[in-house]
Amino acid sequence: MTDEIRKIIQEHGRLPSDIGALPASADLYQAGMTSHASVNVMLALEDHFDVEFPDRMLTRSVFESIASIEAALTELRAEATLR
Amino acid sequence: MRVGIDLVSVEVVRDSIRTHAEHYLERVYTARELRDCGTSTGVDPERLAARFAAKEATIKVLRPGDVGISWNTIEVRRHPPGWVDLELSGPAAALAAEAGITEFALSISHEGGFATAVVVANTLQESAP
Repeated sequence: MTDEIRKIIQEHGRLPSDIGALPASADLYQAGMTSHASVNVMLALEDHFDVEFPDRMLTRSVFESIASIEAALTELRAEATLR
Repeated sequence: MRVGIDLVSVEVVRDSIRTHAEHYLERVYTARELRDCGTSTGVDPERLAARFAAKEATIKVLRPGDVGISWNTIEVRRHPPGWVDLELSGPAAALAAEAGITEFALSISHEGGFATAVVVANTLQESAP
């Protein structure tokens, strides 16, 4: 999942640097991702993983790193399997 | 009193419309905003960029921390003479109430490929961040 998230951020995050060099815990906003770019990342993640981020997850902290995005997606997928 | 400001590139909004289409428009903007920004061929990215800037400026005023706020719970309303104001709902409205915000003032503008917005909020008292 990490590689898929990296690819989506590379394509939609409009980062000025190569995301391949960033560790999973790196702050994407510090790396140059704008709030509008984070919307594009969210939409692309929803399309790719067939999930919808609920309002409670629309926080800066959820989209601030590859690791936090992966944790949120893992949670959403676990919730989906319980339904 | 609190203040928030934001700047958005019109080109990135245009690109989001091209890439994500309805998914982007419906997730971020309200039906009223899409109507206000409508053109004969679709929606005007300049006006949408100004609205996105207004939403982000409002979020800066609300200081949500770990409270999730959907962009379409912050609505920019255009009035016939041309001025705009804000209508909040859901968690955005709850945060404003919690912060003791009694009134918002909004100004938006776009020029040269960028859109900007400034939001000023009057508060009854300043709550802890």
